[in-house]
Amino acid sequence: MEQNQEQVANKKEHDEKLARLNDVIGEFKGQPGALIPVLHKAQQIYGYLPEEVQYHIAQGLGVPLADVYGVVTFYSHFTMIPRGEHNIAVCLGTACYVKGAGELMNKIGDELGIKVGEISKDRKFSLEAPRCIGACGMAPVLTINEEVYGRLNADQLGELLQKYKQ
Amino acid sequence: MADSTHILICRGTACLSSESQEIQNELQNQLKNRGIEEQVRVVHTGCFGFCARGPVMVVWPRGTLYCEVRVEDIGEIVERHILGGKVVERLLYRDPKTEINTEKIDDISFFHRQVRIALRNCGLINPDDINEYIARDGYKALGQVLTGHSPEEVVNIIKKSGLRGRGGGGFPTGLKWELTRKSPADLKYVICNADEGDPGAFMDRSILEGDPHSVLEAMAIAGYAIGAQQGFVYVRAEYALVVERLEAAVNQAKEKGFLGKNLFESGFNFDIDLRLGAGAFVCGEETALITSIEGNRGEPRLRPPFPAQKGLWGKPTLINNVETLANIPAIILNGAEWFTGFGTEKSRGTKVFALAGKIGNTGLIEVPMGISLREIIFDIGGGIPEGRQFKAAQTGGPSGGCIPAKLIDISIEYDTLLEAGSMMGSGGLIVMDDRDCMVDIAKFYLEFMCDESCGKCTPCRVGTKRLLEILERITEGRGREEDIGLLRELGHGIKATSLCGLGQSAPNPVLSTLRYFEDEYIAHVRDKVCPAGVCRKLSKVRIIPEECKKCGACAKVCPVGAIKGAPKELHEIDPEKCTKCGACVEKCPFKAITK
Ligand SMILES: Cc1cc2nc3c(=O)[nH]c(=O)nc-3n(C[C@H](O)[C@H](O)[C@H](O)COP(=O)(O)O)c2cc1C
Ligand code: FES
Repeated sequence: MEQNQEQVANKKEHDEKLARLNDVIGEFKGQPGALIPVLHKAQQIYGYLPEEVQYHIAQGLGVPLADVYGVVTFYSHFTMIPRGEHNIAVCLGTACYVKGAGELMNKIGDELGIKVGEISKDRKFSLEAPRCIGACGMAPVLTINEEVYGRLNADQLGELLQKYKQ
Repeated sequence: MADSTHILICRGTACLSSESQEIQNELQNQLKNRGIEEQVRVVHTGCFGFCARGPVMVVWPRGTLYCEVRVEDIGEIVERHILGGKVVERLLYRDPKTEINTEKIDDISFFHRQVRIALRNCGLINPDDINEYIARDGYKALGQVLTGHSPEEVVNIIKKSGLRGRGGGGFPTGLKWELTRKSPADLKYVICNADEGDPGAFMDRSILEGDPHSVLEAMAIAGYAIGAQQGFVYVRAEYALVVERLEAAVNQAKEKGFLGKNLFESGFNFDIDLRLGAGAFVCGEETALITSIEGNRGEPRLRPPFPAQKGLWGKPTLINNVETLANIPAIILNGAEWFTGFGTEKSRGTKVFALAGKIGNTGLIEVPMGISLREIIFDIGGGIPEGRQFKAAQTGGPSGGCIPAKLIDISIEYDTLLEAGSMMGSGGLIVMDDRDCMVDIAKFYLEFMCDESCGKCTPCRVGTKRLLEILERITEGRGREEDIGLLRELGHGIKATSLCGLGQSAPNPVLSTLRYFEDEYIAHVRDKVCPAGVCRKLSKVRIIPEECKKCGACAKVCPVGAIKGAPKELHEIDPEKCTKCGACVEKCPFKAITK
C-alpha cells in the first residue's frame, strides 16, 4: 500500500517535471542557439541531465542526440550525475588555492569518503570543485547548496560538516 | 540626528556570504521600532571593494566606515551613532601596522589612492534601482550620443580617449569599433564578454553586481556607433547574483525607454538579451564565446576572419569586456581629453584589480595606470600579513606570469608587464609570499589549463598534458636534470603552434616562473628539496633534538602513528610511515619539528 502511494507520488512528480520541460522546449524551439538555454533550464528542473532528458530535448528541438551529448559533456556546469542532498563545492580558484583550499578539499574528501564529481552512497553529499566563484576576498571559500562559507579553517570545517550530517 | 542620514550596506557576493542580508533586515527593524525609519535611508549597494573587512557599512553624511559588522552590533550603531551622533569606535577600521583607528572611508589608505572610473557607482548606488543610476547621470551619455553625435563622432571620441580592452588583450577599443562599423552587413551584433574565467578574479562580477546599467548603457552606445540593434551579455552561470541583477536592470531600462524601440526619439532601436555560459574557460575567448552563443560546444575558430568581419551567425560583431564598457559612458560625458589625463601615454585611464592571496586587504581596487606594484601591494593592499616576505605577484591569471619581488617597482602598464614576461590580463592579482612554491603554482595553473583545453588542436591538448606530467614528476622528486630544458622547449612550441589564445598562453606561468625562479626548479630536480616546503613528497618532517622537550604532543596527534617515543623520551619520526601531513608541525608547542 505504502509502496503504491510512493509510486503514485513519483509518477506525479515525473509528469510534472516533464510538463515543465516541454514548456521550456516549446518556448525556445526554433530560436537560434536554443540548445544551451534549454539545457540550463532542464538542469534546474531535474538537478542533472540524465540520458532520457537529453533524448527528450533532442527530439523536442529537432537536433541530433549526438549534438546534445556533445554540448553536455563539453561544459563543466552540465552534469550527468545526480547531486546529493547537500552539494558541497570547494573553490579551487587561485586565490583559494594559495590560502589552502587544496588541503580543505582533501579533508572533506577523507571525511565523506568521496572524490570530486562523486556522490556519497547514502546520496547525502556530493562534491564539486569550481574554479573561483568570485568571492576571493573571503578565501578559502566553499558553498554548501546555496550557502557560501568563507575564511574557513580546518576546525570550523569539522563543525560545519557535522551540521549538515544530521 | 542629521536629516540626510543614510546608510549604505554592501551586498556584493563576499559580504552577502557573511550575512549582510540579515544585517540589513535587523537594521530596518531597529529603525522601525524606534520610529525613525522615515528619516534614515538604508541602501544596499554593490561591492565597496573592501572584502577583507566585510561585511562593511558606511554611514553618511559623515562617511563613517564600519567593518566586520555583525547582526549583534546593529543595536549599538543605531543607539550610539544614529541617535547619539557618536562613533562606535570598536567597529572602525584599525590599521594593522599603526594600530590607529580611522573613521572616514576617504581617509583609509585602501581607498584614498584609488581613482574610480569604471567603479564610479559601485558601493554608492542601489543596483536594483534604475533611478539611482539616473540620478548619477545614468543614460545621459546615451541621450547625448543619440541626439547630438553621429556614429563616426562617437567612434572618434573613443579612439581619441586611448581606451584599450580590459579583457586581457589590450586591443585599442576605438579601432575595434571603427573596424566593426566599416564592415558592411544588414545585421550586426554587440556582445559584452562577462565570462570572467580567470580563477581568482572578480572585477567584472563586482561591476555587474554593483552597477549593471553602466554596462547596458555602454552597449547601446556601442550599438549606435557600429550600427547594431541587438546586444548579448554572455555571463557565467556561476554568477547567480549577476544574472538576477542584470535581468532586473534590462527590464527596468526597457520600461524607462532606454532599451527597445526609437530611443530618445532618434529612430535608433536596441535590445539586449542574456546568454549564460556553462563553465568552460575557453568560452571567454571571443570566437569560442560566439560559437557557444550559437548553441554549440564552445570551440574557438581560426582568426581571421575576426569577429569584426564575421562574428555571431556570420555577421560583424563587436565584442568587448565588461570593464572596457563600464568606462564608455564616463568618457562620453567627460570627454576623451579628461580620460587621457589618467594613466600613461600608451596605457590611458585606470585598471581594476582584484587583490587576493597573501595580502592584507584582499578586495577590489581601481588605480591609475602607471602606478607601481609596490604602491598597490604595500600602500593600498596593506602589505603581506603575518610578517612574511613578498615573493611574487601573478597577473593575467593562468595566461599570465609572475612578477618577482625584485621588480616590485615596475610601472603597471600593458607594455611593461609584457616585457616582464607577464601581462595585464583582466585584473586578477594574486600575491604570494615565501611559503609559496613557484613550481607548485606553475603546476596549479597548468592543471587548470589542461582541464580547460577544449581539445580541438593538438599542441594545446597534448602539449599541456606533457608539460603537466613533467611538472608533476618534478614536484614528486622524480625530476630529471634535462626536464628544465624540456619545459622551455615544449612551452615555446605550444605557444607558437596552438590555434587560440588559450594554448598560446598556457605555458606562460611555467616559462615566467622558470625565468625568475629557475633555482627553485633546480632545487627540486637536483637536490630533491622544495625550498618553500610545499611539495609534500619532497618535504622531510624532522624533529630537532635540541629543541624537543619530550612532551609527547606530536605522537598523540599523528594520525598514522609514525612518531615513536613515550613522554620524557626523545621522539623520532618513522619516515616510512609519515605521510607529511604536517599535523605534528602545527601541534608542537616548541616549534621543534620542521618540514
Ligand atoms: C583563453 C582566453 C580566455 C579569455 N577570457 C576572457 C574573459 O573571461 N573575459 C574577457 O573579457 N575576455 C577574455 N578573453 C579575451 C577575449 O578573447 C577578447 O579579447 C575580449 O573579450 C575583448 O574585449 P576587450 O577588447 O574589451 O578587452 C579571453 C581570451 C582567451 C584567449
Ligand atoms: S578563487 Fe575561490 S572564490 Fe575566487
